[in-house]
Amino acid sequence: MSFIKPNFRHPGLLPNALGFLPSDYEGLLSTLCAGCGHDSIGAAIIQACFELNIEPHRLAKLSGIGCSSKTPAYFLGNSHGFNSVHGRMPSVATGANLANRDLIYLGVSGDGDTASIGMGQFVHLVRRNLNMTYIVMNNGCYGLTKGQDSATADKGSKSKSGNVNVFQNIDLAGLAIELGAGFVARSFSGDKTQLVPLIQAALSHPGFALIDVISPCVTFNNNPGSTKSYDYVRQHIDATATVDFVPPAEAIEVNYADGEELDVTMHDGSQLRMKKLHPGWNPYQKDAAVRALHEASATGEVLTGLIYVNEVQEDLHAMLNTCDKPLNQLTERELLPTIQSLEAINASLR
Amino acid sequence: MQAHPVINDFVVRFANVNGTGSASANNMFAKAIFRMGIPVTPKNIFPSNIQGLPTWYEVRVCEKGYLGRREGIDIMVCVNAQTMKNDIAMLPSGSYFIYDSTKALHREHMREDLHYLGIPLTAITQREYSDPRQRLLFKNIIYIGAMTALIQLDMDILKKIIVEQFQGKEKLIAPNHQALELGNRYARDHFECPLRFRLEPRDLLGDKILFEGNAACALGAIYGGATVAAWYPITPSTSVVDAFGEYAEQFRIDRETGKNHYAILQAEDELAALGVVIGAMWNGARAFTATSGPGLSLMQEFLGLAYFAEVPAVLIDVQRAGPSTGMPTRTQQSDLLSAAYASHGDTKHVLLFPSTPAECFDMTRMAFDLAEQLQTPVMVMSDLDLGMNDHLSEPLQIKAETKFHRGKVLTAQQLENIERFGRYFDIDGDGICYRTLPGTHPTRGMYFTRGSSKDEYASYTERADAYRRNMDRLAKKWETIKTYVPPPETYQPNNCSRDGMAFFGTSCHSAIEARDELNNAGLTLDVLRIRAFPFHAEVVDFMDAHDRIFIVEQNRDGQMRSLLINELGIDPQRLVSILNYDGLPITAQNILQQVLTSAGHQAVTSASMPGVSS
Repeated sequence: MSFIKPNFRHPGLLPNALGFLPSDYEGLLSTLCAGCGHDSIGAAIIQACFELNIEPHRLAKLSGIGCSSKTPAYFLGNSHGFNSVHGRMPSVATGANLANRDLIYLGVSGDGDTASIGMGQFVHLVRRNLNMTYIVMNNGCYGLTKGQDSATADKGSKSKSGNVNVFQNIDLAGLAIELGAGFVARSFSGDKTQLVPLIQAALSHPGFALIDVISPCVTFNNNPGSTKSYDYVRQHIDATATVDFVPPAEAIEVNYADGEELDVTMHDGSQLRMKKLHPGWNPYQKDAAVRALHEASATGEVLTGLIYVNEVQEDLHAMLNTCDKPLNQLTERELLPTIQSLEAINASLR
Repeated sequence: MQAHPVINDFVVRFANVNGTGSASANNMFAKAIFRMGIPVTPKNIFPSNIQGLPTWYEVRVCEKGYLGRREGIDIMVCVNAQTMKNDIAMLPSGSYFIYDSTKALHREHMREDLHYLGIPLTAITQREYSDPRQRLLFKNIIYIGAMTALIQLDMDILKKIIVEQFQGKEKLIAPNHQALELGNRYARDHFECPLRFRLEPRDLLGDKILFEGNAACALGAIYGGATVAAWYPITPSTSVVDAFGEYAEQFRIDRETGKNHYAILQAEDELAALGVVIGAMWNGARAFTATSGPGLSLMQEFLGLAYFAEVPAVLIDVQRAGPSTGMPTRTQQSDLLSAAYASHGDTKHVLLFPSTPAECFDMTRMAFDLAEQLQTPVMVMSDLDLGMNDHLSEPLQIKAETKFHRGKVLTAQQLENIERFGRYFDIDGDGICYRTLPGTHPTRGMYFTRGSSKDEYASYTERADAYRRNMDRLAKKWETIKTYVPPPETYQPNNCSRDGMAFFGTSCHSAIEARDELNNAGLTLDVLRIRAFPFHAEVVDFMDAHDRIFIVEQNRDGQMRSLLINELGIDPQRLVSILNYDGLPITAQNILQQVLTSAGHQAVTSASMPGVSS
């Protein structure tokens, strides 16, 4: 880790449409190990939010426990944050979102936090289609407790101490598709070009959006034999497509030859403009998306990019038929039945 | 046989099979007595089962107004062959045994000291009704009808209750009325009516209501401004959220848009339920969960977070018999310690102890104000007896122009006037700091909520001094909380004895009855009903003013006594446990005998109290 965060910013940096500078989206100095993939993801989040012109105070960031869950302190310092308990961020995010549907919710978790201790809450979060972006900083190990395998570690992957993982891995992207998530992507912390537009698209998606980001642990899981090391991922990365995010104002209709390039239009009019790289993959078809994941996994490849998208599902508020005004802004006038109503109840109990 | 009539002072117990429609008939029985203006206490003693197992419904009628459960049964109505042998064996001498005489009683069921009243319930329903379901259901109505003759239960009131109950299903009114008449006629034709135990109408109830605590808690949440309810189904708390949903449909749907001013989320488990509550209250919506002991165990982790991060939360714990799965459908007050000190590390939580439905309503409303003012979890400690049984209660009341007390939450305008916001500064010296809600101000008031150690600006710290400062401020806040919680109820204008008795929640009715009986027996006790934890200064005064205090509670280990000793440093020798932990509501006789035994007054027997079988 570094000990000083320099105040210097390039004088040529221009503010975004709201007048915020990139520094307005930064956080405290990271205390993670130098070279940690998580810091790259944090930088991608900062860039994505800056470019999307998000008012920092309109976003709430939530996390669980672990290296990954510490990172919300290191980005979006002008946003409220909630570092909750291990594996329980989904329920806290659910409550927060129920209380105020107008904010943007960004959840940050890790592979232990999501795929082990938090698996119960994660799967139910997906099936409720809570409107939030959920980023898993996936390094296949428990960093804070010195490198034990996590449930996303691939079978056969070797840890720093030389142990070979004998258990099946849990594929969070495949699981999320199975559970009905409307936006599922996978990326790599070392591929900011791909990650930033994916985060932007996820934030624009009107329901639950998962981005499983392979994020190597430089200290405990970056050794030969590990399938979550920088070297391994760089050598085995296989993208579904190249991705560009086009904000709504700039979106233009372009027709691409079928099967080669495609635009995914988000509900707000923005687009993910992609050049397809993986044959047979189709982000609108569940079975094709899952098949692409399986094929990649069978050959030891890491399939990244947008995997699956379905923009037409109801989110939790729609399912619960809650009012448009955020629940936390309702007052006595809207919430309190009259004294006469209470008298009528008393009368009915006599 | 013809002893003096006993007016409005007896216990009727119905022995039924779960799932046969007996509950609504039995409820009607209690309601009719209530409407006759006579104090009545029904208790449902039911199995953890949906259909087929034995269930009992016990109704105490008490003109003197004592509302606790009473031991000893005067009239047993037994329509369950499975339990008949035991039901007969438990009856005191001279009591009445009403049964289905379609088949003759086995000789082994005959006791010479009981009065047997056989009504051929099955034969009558076979004769009168063709629908098999009606044959089953109307057995219950027939024995209620018989009660109009046997104990002078008011037929007109019963008929009116049926009319009310079947609004919208008017076709069912006539056959129900007919069943009542069948029972009445059979009793008049075959028995000398009325029996020794009988009812006479009175006007003793004023504007009181008959209501169950769980629904009262639900209404308290409605009137307390709760907009988010998150829960996981668990007996005996489920009906809290069920009732909240029903009241919300009635009061919380926007007439213009048809949309809900509330959200109810059935979570995947109790951990998630409390997580949702914490997330919602962190974000400024009033939220609650309802649970019972096993759920509270699962919520320990989140309670620690809410305590340490100072996020409001409201829990309704409808306690049942533990440990572990325990007896899910029996009552206890045994979650006190696990609630008061829930979670690892140094934690303490605010508990409220309602004893009536009206207080369930008040305390649930109050819990939202307290949680937001104190920025900490508040638990309403109800129990199965209070939650799931009908209780005679004062009516529910709120003040006109009720306002929610939202506590120290800064507005955007207030933030404009603050140079640098620090979430955990003790500005007012009461240990309670100012908080902000996400989205309030574009550039001010942001902070990072965490369960880890933090400084006044909410930044992570491992500095010993900062950690200790924070813990000490939380301890100071705990002192402030003592001035916010409701004071105890005292029952005597001035203390007049060196001996005292303290109790809380549903033990209060039996404790008051025991106090009166003890007084008759020559042992005067000052009494106090504890209404909250931490203990209010008046609780301390009461403890200081007495040499010996009996602590009445419904658990094995004397958990309230432990709290008193631990928090107030009272000499354990001075606090005598009076305990009941068999899963049934505590009785006055039980308290009386334990107090007398421990006070060395064994000579005074329970002769003055009816139904004591020891």
